[in-house]
Amino acid sequence: MTKIITKHFDEPRLHELETYRKLGGYVALKKALSMKPAEIADEVKKSNLRGLGGAGFYAAVKWGTLPPLDKVPGPRYVVGNCDESEPGCFRDRVHVERAPHQVLEGLLIVSYAVGAGEAFIFIRGEYGRQHRVLRAAVEEARAAGLIGDKILGSPFSCNIMLMRGAGTYISGLDTALLESMEGKKSWPRQPPPFPTNFGLMGFPTVVHNVATLAMVPHIVANGGEWFAKIGTPKCGGTMLYSVSGHVEKPGVYELPMGATLRALLDAAGGVRKGRRLKAVIPGGTSTPPLGPEHLDLPLDFETVRAQGSGLGAGGVIVLDETADMVEVCRDIIGFLTHESCGQCTPCREGSAWTKRILERMLSGRGLPGDPANLERIAGNVTGKTICALGDTVGIVLKAYLTKFREEFRRLASPAGKQAQVCRDAVSKGATI
Amino acid sequence: MANITLNGRPIETPDGTLLIDVAKTAGIEIPHYCYHPALGNPGNCRMCLVEVVGFPKLQPACRLKAADGMVVSTESPAVLAAQAGELELHLVNHPLDCPVCDQAGECGLQDYYMEVGRYKSSVSEDKRHFDKRKPVGPHIMLDQERCIACTRCIRFLGQVTKTAELGMFGRGCSERIDLAPGKVLDNPYSGNLADVCPVGALTDRDFRHQVRVWYLDETPSVCPGCSRGCSIDIHSSTKRPWHNEGRRVARLKPRFNPAVNGWWMCDEGRYSYKTLDQDRLGKVLRLKPERAELSWDAAFTELAGRAGELLEDKGASGLVVVASGALSNEDWRAFKKLFVDSWKVVQFVFDPAPEQTGAQDPLLRRKEKVPNLKGGEALGFGTQVKSAPWETLECSIEAGRIWGLYVVDRDLTRVWGAKTAELLSRLDLVVFQGPFKGGTGDLAHYRLPATATAEEEGSFTNFEGRLQGYARALAPVGCALPDWRIFEGLLARHRARRREG
Repeated sequence: MTKIITKHFDEPRLHELETYRKLGGYVALKKALSMKPAEIADEVKKSNLRGLGGAGFYAAVKWGTLPPLDKVPGPRYVVGNCDESEPGCFRDRVHVERAPHQVLEGLLIVSYAVGAGEAFIFIRGEYGRQHRVLRAAVEEARAAGLIGDKILGSPFSCNIMLMRGAGTYISGLDTALLESMEGKKSWPRQPPPFPTNFGLMGFPTVVHNVATLAMVPHIVANGGEWFAKIGTPKCGGTMLYSVSGHVEKPGVYELPMGATLRALLDAAGGVRKGRRLKAVIPGGTSTPPLGPEHLDLPLDFETVRAQGSGLGAGGVIVLDETADMVEVCRDIIGFLTHESCGQCTPCREGSAWTKRILERMLSGRGLPGDPANLERIAGNVTGKTICALGDTVGIVLKAYLTKFREEFRRLASPAGKQAQVCRDAVSKGATI
Repeated sequence: MANITLNGRPIETPDGTLLIDVAKTAGIEIPHYCYHPALGNPGNCRMCLVEVVGFPKLQPACRLKAADGMVVSTESPAVLAAQAGELELHLVNHPLDCPVCDQAGECGLQDYYMEVGRYKSSVSEDKRHFDKRKPVGPHIMLDQERCIACTRCIRFLGQVTKTAELGMFGRGCSERIDLAPGKVLDNPYSGNLADVCPVGALTDRDFRHQVRVWYLDETPSVCPGCSRGCSIDIHSSTKRPWHNEGRRVARLKPRFNPAVNGWWMCDEGRYSYKTLDQDRLGKVLRLKPERAELSWDAAFTELAGRAGELLEDKGASGLVVVASGALSNEDWRAFKKLFVDSWKVVQFVFDPAPEQTGAQDPLLRRKEKVPNLKGGEALGFGTQVKSAPWETLECSIEAGRIWGLYVVDRDLTRVWGAKTAELLSRLDLVVFQGPFKGGTGDLAHYRLPATATAEEEGSFTNFEGRLQGYARALAPVGCALPDWRIFEGLLARHRARRREG
């Protein structure tokens, strides 16, 4: 299997500069600094590198939307997004902990490519250990002349600053992240304008997931075509997955774009205890679940989207036959309710209301009209909110209601109530 | 210019106009809560979603700017469904306590429910609970449960007063508006929050539970509180004296006027109505030498006679007229005809200092707490005729150079304090004219009741020279007359006396 960024993850001291350099680190930075910024952008364009944070936007296209330097000469920034908060996603945590220099190298190259003299990594507030590791790496790199003025003797200067989130999921969204960095409540901005035109403090800003950044040194070192060849025609390179749930070996796995779901499950040791697969959430809880019929689906952004779901940030959650999908749905909606920023009404009220309905159904007080009502509310939320979190509420609800209608219907009737009461009693140890 | 199609109608509009404004100009009100022309368009209420051809999703009309060729619908089935759906979400946690809510009758939630809602409720869950009555300042009561989190209040306090007393606390569905730690909502413009709040979350403590809004009459007027002359509406309740603690005016509201006050007014002006019914004069009285109630006719004859005699005996230089910028333009004109042209008075005091001055700020409030000094200036008061200093007047009275004083709506006790009575007792004739008795009303020989601004029609010229008319909202108290009619009455009797004499 081709591995790009996890290749040396088993190296025990990879987080130290010396080890990272011994394994070929910062060579790409040196090479990049000898290239013209436009040449780097060209390689990235050839590589078909997609944003791995969830949206799957072409990295080169994102850079292309920056205003030309001669027209908007002021400062511009690059932000590494490490506010990984989606349930089921933990790959960035492992990544920055094991290979912080790889992220820094990517960040420096991207900064050089887009003409930024100041770069940031915004790391989730709860990632204390990862923040410490990253901070030590930044200090080490700065001492070695890799960050700061005249990097490696070139005319390029770039400073890297770490910022910690204050504990919100929504800060993972680029515009909310920028608000948080500016010291405000992290309420998403309503584009347009997009961050590449109006970003941090109003200056052009490129926000990339740290995994996307870490791909760039490899593209510079080996060429865009090499990278593109690893993946599918539209998605270059590899995808980093966090696999969790009912599998034998949960963990972070790197597979080429286009590898099948079955290959991913095999890598993770298959479904726990040999049970039957019920559903797979492919990209973190905000993506609708896939079913066993999708096992041979080659995973890339387009194919998964075509199935009505999304590759998201690669947070794969495997659910076996024991999972109660109404409970799963309640947990996801509960999470979104907790993390809804509260700015716009449909998301704030819709998430909380549907959560209460789901809780009522699960407590045995379901009403016959509940599934239809949930579906109706979902429709009033999706597509009507400022950011994608609100959309997610509706999309998730609709997907679970459609795919697992029978489970919802059972809870929405008096018979469902009895069944639920029995199940609760059994789970508390009663014998029938 | 951009040519767009709105509900099938071709409309030409300047480039970059927000669709919600384009629609408003075309006579279509798109439901909205968070958007306020003076406070920006965060687009968080999602009520103004419209369908625009070429856009995959409905677009908020308060965010999207008109561009050439745009085809917009505000009444397509998708838009109507979205409006009802968003309204339902606004109301999920709203307490629906309209029967005890002061906003009822002018509430955005009620209005849009009747317009675009009219659905059957499908909420069978409990509503969330927050603070229901939290006095956040001297004038504003906060009800967090009624709040729809449109953030208009936060934006008002951030952008207009720049005092930032309120903030959004918490997250998601536990989010609520509250006071910032250590702050009290006591800025001089806090009353405007009750106006900008589209629902009953921020209500006016002075108006709370006084009268239902549908019982109020509205009269366009001008605030007489300072020389800004904010455009206001007088909301009065006269048919049901058992409401509003018997007060005739229930509240004052700013009336939008981009040239003067925009959307706002200050608290000083807003709450001035509370004293309107206090200390009022309604009878024409002679207090000295023997007290008697007079008809206007008798009063004019008697006063014109007495003043005429003194003017002939002792000369016009012994009479001083104390007036104020509270006079309307019509009053000033009659004032000039009587005192300058006919009685030939030479000494006047109309300097608003000391008791008619106060705080000034760059937003609205002006130092001179009277509305119409400029109107007097237009007739020469302040330019050709200078205002005499109070000290000169006091010295002249003490030296016996003055025999009479005609006081129009000024309270001398607030200038001279306790010695006023002694000073005035040295004079042969003291006339007091005004709507409120004050301290001076009892010290005069004659006391003439005048109408307050709300009880007459007229016009003021504000400090920038802008002429604004105001309408009569209330009947006068007792037999009070507008100042100009009193001056005209005296003048007519004075002329008749001269013809006869």
